[in-house]
Amino acid sequence: MTETLVAFDDVLASYDPAMGLEVHVELNTRSKMFCGCPTEFGAEPNTQVCPTCLGLPGAMPVVNGKAVEAAIRIGLALNCEIAEWCRFARKNYFYPDMPKNFQTSQYDEPIAFEGYMDVTVPTEEGDGETFRVEIERAHMEEDTGKSLHVGGATGRIHGADHSLVDYNRAGIPLIEIVTKPIVGAGEKAPLVARAYVAQLRDLIIALGVSDARMDQGSIRADVNLSLSPKGSGTLGTRTETKNVNSLRSVERAVRYEMSRHAGVLDAGRSILQETRHWHEDTGVTTSGREKSDAEDYRYFPEPDLVPVAPTRAWVEELRTTLPENPTQKRARLQAEWGFSDLEMRDTVGAGALLIVEETISAGASPQAARKWWLGEMARRANEAGVEVGELGVTPVDVARVQVLVDEGKLNDKLARQVLDGLLAGEGSPDEIVAARGLAIVSDEGALSAAVDNAIAANPDVADKIRDGKVAAAGALIGAVMKEMRGQADAARVRELILEKLN
Amino acid sequence: MSITRRTAAEIADALAAGETTSVEITRAHIDRIAQVDGAVHAFLHVDAAGALEQAAASDARRAEGRTLSPLDGVPIAVKDVLATEGLPTTCGSKILEGWVPPYDATVVRRLREAGLPILGKTNMDEFAMGSSTEHSAYGPTHNPWDLDRIPGGSGGGSAAAVAAFEAPLALGTDTGGSIRQPGAVTGTVGHKPTYGGVSRYGLVALANSLDQVGPVTRTVLDSALLHEVIGGHDPLDSTSVDQPLPSLVEAARRGASGDLTGLRVGVITELSGDGWQPGVMARFQESVDLLVKAGAEVVEVSCPTFVHALATYYLILPAEASSNLAKFDAMRYGLRVWPEGRPDASAEEVMRATRDAGFGDEVKRRIILGTYALSSGYYDAYYGQAQKVRTLISRDFDAAFAKADVLVSPTAPTTAFRLGEKLDDPIAMYLNDLATIPANLAGVPGISVPSGLADEDGLPAGFQILAPALADDRCYRVGAALEALLHDQWGGSLLDKAPALEGARP
Repeated sequence: MTETLVAFDDVLASYDPAMGLEVHVELNTRSKMFCGCPTEFGAEPNTQVCPTCLGLPGAMPVVNGKAVEAAIRIGLALNCEIAEWCRFARKNYFYPDMPKNFQTSQYDEPIAFEGYMDVTVPTEEGDGETFRVEIERAHMEEDTGKSLHVGGATGRIHGADHSLVDYNRAGIPLIEIVTKPIVGAGEKAPLVARAYVAQLRDLIIALGVSDARMDQGSIRADVNLSLSPKGSGTLGTRTETKNVNSLRSVERAVRYEMSRHAGVLDAGRSILQETRHWHEDTGVTTSGREKSDAEDYRYFPEPDLVPVAPTRAWVEELRTTLPENPTQKRARLQAEWGFSDLEMRDTVGAGALLIVEETISAGASPQAARKWWLGEMARRANEAGVEVGELGVTPVDVARVQVLVDEGKLNDKLARQVLDGLLAGEGSPDEIVAARGLAIVSDEGALSAAVDNAIAANPDVADKIRDGKVAAAGALIGAVMKEMRGQADAARVRELILEKLN
Repeated sequence: MSITRRTAAEIADALAAGETTSVEITRAHIDRIAQVDGAVHAFLHVDAAGALEQAAASDARRAEGRTLSPLDGVPIAVKDVLATEGLPTTCGSKILEGWVPPYDATVVRRLREAGLPILGKTNMDEFAMGSSTEHSAYGPTHNPWDLDRIPGGSGGGSAAAVAAFEAPLALGTDTGGSIRQPGAVTGTVGHKPTYGGVSRYGLVALANSLDQVGPVTRTVLDSALLHEVIGGHDPLDSTSVDQPLPSLVEAARRGASGDLTGLRVGVITELSGDGWQPGVMARFQESVDLLVKAGAEVVEVSCPTFVHALATYYLILPAEASSNLAKFDAMRYGLRVWPEGRPDASAEEVMRATRDAGFGDEVKRRIILGTYALSSGYYDAYYGQAQKVRTLISRDFDAAFAKADVLVSPTAPTTAFRLGEKLDDPIAMYLNDLATIPANLAGVPGISVPSGLADEDGLPAGFQILAPALADDRCYRVGAALEALLHDQWGGSLLDKAPALEGARP
C-alpha cells in the first residue's frame, strides 16, 4: 500500500508529536542473565547453551549478580530511584525463538524508575538547547534466540521454506530503558530522539556495561510515535517502530512516522495501533503485527526466583563508580579543548564527542581531531549511510594520520588517500603510506629541480612574482605539485619559489 | 522373608554387615517388578541394566571399604517428573514421549553421588495433575491393596512401587498432596519437606511456588534417611534454603522410643466433619489417643481460612502451570505433530496440533483455568486475590503453631476409591487434597504415616503431621513415635496385611 506522506513542516502546522523510546541494551557480562553460559558474539550456532537457557523441562534460572550491578549503575546514571525490593515476572507469549514461551522480565516492579536525562539538541542560533527526557523505568530481562529463515529471497519468514533457530543469544542479559511520553519537542522531535539515543549510548559506553554497537544489535531502539491535534494536549494512537538500529535511522524513523501519521489523519482515517518494521535501505516503515493494549502477556511474578533486594550500602557504593555527569563532562572538555560553543555543539550533535575525545587521547590536537571527524570522516560516513563510529576507522588511526601531517610526512591530500586505504582495510596508516608510496618527498634536491623546471616553463608567472605579485606563486606551486605527483609539502615549495625569485 | 520385604534401613544394615550385596538386593527388586508390575503398573520405565551396574559399583566400593552414604547400594525408584540423564522422562505425558534428558535433576545427582542404584521411573498423573494416577497418558497405576482401586496421585506410581515391595525407596513430588495422599491410600509413608528444603532443579515444574521433592518409603526412619541424602542447599535453585536442617534420622530414632512427653499436638478443627469417611476418622482418633498415651498434650486449633485453601490452590496452581507448560511447543524436544493435510504448516500450526494431541484433558483444563486467572482484567480478582488468601493461610499456621508444636489431621478424607469412580467429576477428585493443600500453600512440612485400615472397606488410612517451616524433624519424631506405637498394636507393619500379589493377573 502506498502511504500518503505529509511534508514535515505541514505536519507541525496541524499536529503535536509525542514520542516514547524503548532502548534495549545488551550487557557485556561474561555469562548469561540466568545461567552460566558464555555470551561472546558470533560463536557457532547453539554452542553457548545449557538446560536453563534452552528452557529444557525442569531447568531453573539463577540471577546473574553482575547484571543486577550493571542495571543499578545504569539506573543511577539516569538519575533513577533504585528499588529496595523488586521481582522478576514472566511475560507469556508464544514464539519459536523463545525457549520457554515466556520471557523472564520485570513488570510492575522494575529495578530502576523515575529518572531523567538532559539531552542537547542543535538550535538555529548555534547554541545547544537542553531538553529533559524523563525516564519511566529501566528493567532487567533476557534476550530471545534468533530465527534464521532459509530458502526465501528476502530472509524474512514469508517465502522461506524452513527456519533455523540459534539459541546462543537466548538468555543474554538485557536492560530495557523506557522513557515517559516525550511531548513538547515539536519540530525538534526527530533530533531529540536521535540525541537521546546518542547520549544514552555514550553513557552506556562510559559505564562500560555493554559493547554498545548499534550495528551488532547490542543497542536496539524501538520508537513509539503518535500525533495529536495541535494544542489539544492529548495523546493520539501510537505506533511502535521496532529495531531501529542506527542514530541516523532513529531520526529518520521519527520523521517518517510523523509524515505518515499526518497523512492517515488528514485523510480522516485512524491510526492502527501496531508494530511497524523499519527499512534501513528505503527509509520507510511497513506494517508488522497488529498490537493493541488488549494484547495480554499475563504477567505474574517469576516463582523460580527470589526477589532482588539491593542494600542501600551497595547502591551507594555503586554510585561512586559512575562516570562523570555528561553535562559537566561536556563543560570540562570544552574548556580543556578550547572549543567555541558552536564547535562543541556540532561535535555533540554529530554524536562524535566520544570519538573526538579518544582521538585527542591518542595524540591528535583538539582542533585536528574535530576537523577530521566532523569533516572528512562525517562526509564519508554520510556517503556510506552509517555513523562515523561505524566506518571501521579508529581514533588511534586518525590520530596517527594527524601526527604524520604534523611531522610534515603527509599533506592533507595525501592524508585523505591514507583514509581511503584505512576504509579499504589496507592496514595501519604507516603501512598504507608505505604500500601506496604516499610520503612527502623531503629530498631538497628533487624538490629544487622541480621548482627550477616550473620557473623555466612559466617565465611570465616568474616575472610577476619578481615584480612583487606574490599571489601568483600559486600557479607555480601547482606545477611543482603536479610534477611531484602531489607528494610534496606545498608550504616548502612556496618557500623555495620565493627564495629563488627574490 | 524375601529380601524385598525389608526396609531400606534393614537393607543398609545387611549390606554393612556383609550379609548380602547390592547386586543381590537390586536383582531381587527387578525380579519382583517383573513379577507384579504387570498388574500394578507402578513403573513407566525400568532400567534393569543400569541399576545392576550401579549396584555392582556399590559392591566394589564396599569391598574396598568405601561407601558413599548410609544408603549406598539400596535401590530406589524415581517419579517420572524428575530429569534423569540417559533415562526417559515423560511426566506421564504423551508430549514428552521419548524424551531423554541430557542432565540430572539435583536430587537424582545426589542419589547417584550417594550410591543408590536407580531401578526406573514411576507412573504419575500427567504433569502431576491428579489424585489418582488415572490421568497418566500411559494408563493408571493400581493400588496393591485392591487392584481395582486408585493408588492416589499424582505420585501413585512411587507409592504403589513401595507398597508392592517393588522398591524399598522412591522419590515423589508434592504440590498439593502428591506424596502424602498416595502414602495414605497405599499404607506407606510419605514426607513433603519444607518448601526450599530440597532442590527443585530438574523437577519438571507443575506449580513452582508449591512443588517439593520428598521421600516415599515404608517406614518413617527410611524417609528420614532418604531425606538426608536429597536435602540441603542447591545453588541451581534460588528458592532452596541455605541453612542446615536438624538431623532428621536422629529425630526419627528418638521418636521411635515412643516418648512424646511435653509435646503439644494441635488437632485442626476444619479438617474433619461432613464428607470425611467414618473409618478414616476412627483410625485418626485412635492415633491421637495413642499420642496422648505417649505423653503428648492435645489441643484443638482452628484455622478458619483453610476452608478457602482448595479454591486458592486451584487458582495459583493452574496459573503457574499454564505458563510452565508453554514450553512444550514441538520446537526443541518431545512430540511433534504435523496438522493433517497441511504439509506447509506454520510453526504456530504445528505448536497447536502438537499441544492438542500431546496434552490430556486434565492438563488442558488447567491450562485454560490458569490462562484465564492470569488474564488482564481478571488477574486481581483471581490470581491476585488467591495470593492474599495464601498469606492468610500462612497466618493461620503461624497462630496454630503458637499453640501447638505439630498439627495433625487425617491425610485424605477417604480411603482409595475405585478406578474411574471420580474421573468425570473433577471437583470430587480435587476434594481428596483438602487436608494436604494448606501445607503447600504455606510452605510447611508434612508427613503421612499409616494409621490403620478403615472398617468399611479394610483399606489403609493416613495420619498427617504438619510442622513449622524448617522443623521437618518434628514430623519425623512424631511420625516415628506413632508408627512404633501402632506397630506394637498390629504386631508388625500395616503392609503385612496387604495382598501378596504373587498370583496377580498380569
